Amino acid sequence: MTADGALRFAPRLTLLLMAGPVIAGLAGTLRPAFEADGMARLLDWPGLARAVALSLGTGIASTLLSLAIALGLVAALQGGRLFTLILRLLSPLLAVPHAAAALGLAFLLAPSGWIARALSPWATGWTQPPDLLILNDPAGLALTAGLVLKEVPFLLLILIAALPQADAPRRLMLMASLGYGRVAGWMLSVLPAVWPQMRPAVYAVLAYSMTAVDMAIVLGPALPPTLSAQLVLWMTSPDLSIHPVAAAGALVQLGLVLAALALLRCAETGLARLGCRLALTGRRQIWADRWLAPLAAGAGLLVVLLMAGSMAGLALWSFAGPWVFPDALPQRLELDAWARAAPGLGPAALETVLLAALSAALATGLVLACLEAESRFGLKPGGGALWLLWLPLIMPQVAFLPGLAELGLRTGVEGSTGAVAAAHLVFVLPYVFLSLAAPWRAWDPRIAVAGAALGATPGRIFWRLRLPMLLRPVLTAAAVGFAVSVGQYLPTLLIGGGRVTTLTTEAVALSSGGNRRIIGTFAMLQLALPLLAFALALALPAALFRNRAGMRPGA
Amino acid sequence: MNAVWGGAMKMSAAAIVVAACTALPAVAQPDPSDWAAVLQEARGQTVYWHAWGGDPRINDFILWVADEALSRHGVSLTQVKLASTADAVARVVSEKQAGQDQGGAVDLIWINGENFAAMKGKGLLFGPFAEQLPNWPLVDVAGKPATRMDFTEPTLGLESPWAMAQLVFEYDSARVPAPPLGAGQLLDWAKANPGRFTYPRPPDYLGTTFLKQVLYGVIDDPDLLLQPVDPATYDRLTAPLWAWLEEITPALWRQGQAYPANEPALGQLLADGEIDIAFAFNTGRASAAIAAGELPQTIRTNTWTGGTIGNASFVAIPYNAAHAAGALVVANLLLDPRVQARAQDPDVLGFQTVLNLSALSGQDRARFDALDLGIATLAPHDLGPALPEPHASWMTRISQDWIRRYGVAQ
Repeated sequence: MTADGALRFAPRLTLLLMAGPVIAGLAGTLRPAFEADGMARLLDWPGLARAVALSLGTGIASTLLSLAIALGLVAALQGGRLFTLILRLLSPLLAVPHAAAALGLAFLLAPSGWIARALSPWATGWTQPPDLLILNDPAGLALTAGLVLKEVPFLLLILIAALPQADAPRRLMLMASLGYGRVAGWMLSVLPAVWPQMRPAVYAVLAYSMTAVDMAIVLGPALPPTLSAQLVLWMTSPDLSIHPVAAAGALVQLGLVLAALALLRCAETGLARLGCRLALTGRRQIWADRWLAPLAAGAGLLVVLLMAGSMAGLALWSFAGPWVFPDALPQRLELDAWARAAPGLGPAALETVLLAALSAALATGLVLACLEAESRFGLKPGGGALWLLWLPLIMPQVAFLPGLAELGLRTGVEGSTGAVAAAHLVFVLPYVFLSLAAPWRAWDPRIAVAGAALGATPGRIFWRLRLPMLLRPVLTAAAVGFAVSVGQYLPTLLIGGGRVTTLTTEAVALSSGGNRRIIGTFAMLQLALPLLAFALALALPAALFRNRAGMRPGA
Repeated sequence: MNAVWGGAMKMSAAAIVVAACTALPAVAQPDPSDWAAVLQEARGQTVYWHAWGGDPRINDFILWVADEALSRHGVSLTQVKLASTADAVARVVSEKQAGQDQGGAVDLIWINGENFAAMKGKGLLFGPFAEQLPNWPLVDVAGKPATRMDFTEPTLGLESPWAMAQLVFEYDSARVPAPPLGAGQLLDWAKANPGRFTYPRPPDYLGTTFLKQVLYGVIDDPDLLLQPVDPATYDRLTAPLWAWLEEITPALWRQGQAYPANEPALGQLLADGEIDIAFAFNTGRASAAIAAGELPQTIRTNTWTGGTIGNASFVAIPYNAAHAAGALVVANLLLDPRVQARAQDPDVLGFQTVLNLSALSGQDRARFDALDLGIATLAPHDLGPALPEPHASWMTRISQDWIRRYGVAQ
């Protein structure tokens, strides 16, 4: 009975854990915006209009582009061999931290970068790097490209997780039997069914792209930078009198994100109407398959190539001896960078694993409790609850983390591993929920009915039937949570008070020194830990169920 | 389900324990003039030194200092690696706002210039302590006035120097046989070699320092730079600087449409062959980077006729430091001749010492004499005079104006 009561309370507790810190942090961070005429001074800043335009432009462009590529790939290619290949290559790239991806891409594309080195001087005639503005371009194209590379794998995985509930194969069969082209059939029949589940993820991508800091600093323009990058510059400025301006900027950033989300919402309605009208014309749009399939495949492969090239470049730098333009490869390979990084690696890696395991385990437990409460008591998460869950991902981190850190200081919990893990939980849990909810809900309830008919209690049904049968998605969700925790920088730094050192805090501190070799070593490790978690999530069920043919993937 | 709830309970239990531990009883601040008591109190403490963590060589040096601190004085030293020193300042500020006037997280900060002026102005520093340190008499206060004057701001013993730095230009001798020796020559060279020179974008520290260096070269009366900015004469005095920038900008790397973010990014451009002339606030950086295989063998350094800007790096202790005694011991250890000689070794850091070599014992002097400065490093007498840092208000005003003119792409 008490366990039942606790379970019933689980969704509310989870929402409190999510929304509480965000709201408390927001209040703390934004308070100074109303002091010392921060807003007036912000409006005086001559770069404001451009910074705002850049934030909006790069955020919206990269979200639409990555959404188009992800939708195109699934609509045109799903089920084919090329699709499986692209998916298999993209999935591990989800674990690449944004900062590492940005630095890798910068080395790939710069006029002195790997591509230029590989082609020089034999093809280009360059003996010294050309003076071309490719990175940090004023329009933010390089930044947009970087964001697209990072968001396509994420949206693709979310889309695939949402598909089983949309009953896609039968819808597509029906459309095909009516003579529709594959892409048109998918867009008109499957998309409307998966969109409601995808929407929060797309909104999170939009909010993230508009507020990304590490990518904007490496790839984005600087004269002026995007609003989010400028906010961090102000918040970390030694000139303390500028902090109210930073707070006012955070408020503007918040308003911008909300406005962009509203804009997207309007566009959705418009597109839905357009889709209906298109459907009513009755045209079968077979031409779309001929054009869109190669386009989507090309875009997908380009994303894979650029990401893989970025990571390979960083990996090579971590072993590189002298490597000058225009050599395509280093003069020799060395272990110096690894030897230099070694003393700090062990403790940092251990702390990273501890934090990630703690927050991922806690998040998985809470999500399981919420989902189980949902099916046992027929609790349906309302729209408001879903939004609260997404709040931490939609709010710009700089808008609430400083306030949260101050709260941590006042209560004295700050600086401890537990407090940092709790802060990570805020960001880890939405992703775990997102990964797990669809497969959990898609479980056939008739199995539970059969179990109950044989006399099993709800607890026994959960532990002996549902959990083992869903072990694979549960572990995958935990691995996603693990990867998210590994990548956290600002929460670790601010709530940890600088005393909690992880691979990511080390990597960001070192990347401020621009040493590609050292950055390469840490990026490899940042990548390796989540990959290990994903491998474990695959291997464990395979080992446990090696004698159960029905539990093999694809069965 | 129990596992989940148990986990949540353990979390809050841990939080309570931590809360209880941070609420320690009040402790009296150590008195640096009673050194024996300081040493005794420091033994067993763990000092958190907040220092920029962007250079693995510096991080390695701090690890070495930590070994010394532990073996000599029983003090554990941990570097908190910052992406920006201002993070540590912001940290102390938020502790003060939260009413945490003791047991603060920051014990020692690597600091100078604006950050020091900000903390001094807000009363966030412990001390004065520097001139009571046992090793203070070895500091070359006469020959290196920057050890007591941080951007014309008197240190008043609130921070202790540990390294000298001077602006040096780094150039690729294979491409630039005769490097420019002043602002005018640099302008001519850049026009003849468009796209091969740039500077970090202000308000970056090194980028603004470069602007001040140019200002030194084009202003009629450099002594005015040691006074705070006078709004009445500012426009007239800085007009030649802006004219110089107007002329050079189209000839800069990327035609001035993009700038490197900081000193390491500028160094990376030199390493990648994107530019031919760079500069650094460390006379030994080029040699160390060549030795590490990061820069071509052909890089050399030079300074400008009339001198280049020099300053000192300091350590300061926040007013609420939890381990002020340990921090004092580390500040004193950093002035130890053995530690200073190691910092000056180009294979380690290549930082110049703050000590007066003639005040050292013969054995300690020999450590410095034995150093091989490296292939690209100028001998101390070839460096030329170190110009004092202008008053901190110049840095602020010039970087603001630069941002208005070039930083928002109007």
